[in-house]
Amino acid sequence: MSILHTVNKSPFEKSSASSCIAHASEGSAVLFYEDGVYAADKRTRFASSVTGAAGVKFYVLGPDLKARGVGEDLLIDGVEVIDYAGFVDLAVEYDKVAAWV
Amino acid sequence: MKFAIQINEGPYQHQASDSAYLFTKTALEKGHEVFRVFFYHDGVGNSTRLTTPPQDDRHIVNRWAALAEKYDLDMVVCVAAAQRRGIADDGEAERNGKDATNIHPRFRISGLGQLIEAAVQADRLMVFGD
Amino acid sequence: MSQTKKLMYLNRRAPYGTIYAWESLEVVLIGAAFEQDVSLAFVDDGVYQIIKGQDTGGIDMKNFSPTYSALGDYEVTKLYVEKESLEERGLSLDNLMHLTWEDEDEDWAEKDSIVLVSRAELAQLMDEQDVVFSF
Repeated sequence: MSILHTVNKSPFEKSSASSCIAHASEGSAVLFYEDGVYAADKRTRFASSVTGAAGVKFYVLGPDLKARGVGEDLLIDGVEVIDYAGFVDLAVEYDKVAAWV
Repeated sequence: MKFAIQINEGPYQHQASDSAYLFTKTALEKGHEVFRVFFYHDGVGNSTRLTTPPQDDRHIVNRWAALAEKYDLDMVVCVAAAQRRGIADDGEAERNGKDATNIHPRFRISGLGQLIEAAVQADRLMVFGD
Repeated sequence: MSQTKKLMYLNRRAPYGTIYAWESLEVVLIGAAFEQDVSLAFVDDGVYQIIKGQDTGGIDMKNFSPTYSALGDYEVTKLYVEKESLEERGLSLDNLMHLTWEDEDEDWAEKDSIVLVSRAELAQLMDEQDVVFSF
């Protein structure tokens, strides 16, 4: 059974983002939203934690990126931008959702 | 798909209630069902009818109430968390000797069992917190 | 309720600094009545919730740690504690409360509720759940 993990806090504020990734199995997905979108920014020293997570698909919520002025060109390669409709679709596609708050 | 929504934070202080609202609204517009929206911890603060946010910003409580009205949502506030944080309906005011109530009529106060029931009955539990 | 689901309560926060640890325990206790397949996971600072010797007199807050000892009576018998979370904090099983349950199928033999698991094992356990609660 595969999980959609959600992360809504900055990786510099809390350990939630790194703890989430450490528990994400192959075949699972991680969605960064709210302040969690900073985890998808390729400029930070956290970026290697994202790129190093084999077999995990990463998503970021576009509206939260835009709100924070983070351009899509600044995202880590392979992180897919989705909107709220995409968020709902992901929650349906995966068997369950685990929130790392 | 049937969703259960859990909100752990109060309005404005955290983005949790906003994110939950936008997710819930989108899910409903896509034709999904929302079994219950359950407010826990400081999330019970989303149910007071006494907020007066600035006119040029979203009205979180009213927005939830309007969504609930449109889709006949069951919006439940945990009784223990509500008592701790001073959210009261007529029943609570009478039972606990309070001289006022403050709950918005679109929300109802009930027990934690409602959260468990929602998690078991729904296909997906979405938790929005901090 | 006709179906039985695997519910996991994910505990990642320390006690007292915030209310999440206590209020999540209240969910577990109420939830016990629903006869689902329940487990608790103590990860990151969540391991601090079950440290023995908590004394809250000086901060004038209720010491709710004895409630963990009651979980066995509520048939909540699977408390997964993550090894890496303990090690990062310089802790071991010895620092934790001795939490047990009584197995009526084995003449009420007392058994340990705490199960030490690795991070990888916990990730596997999470994959097996139907519902994950976060607080």
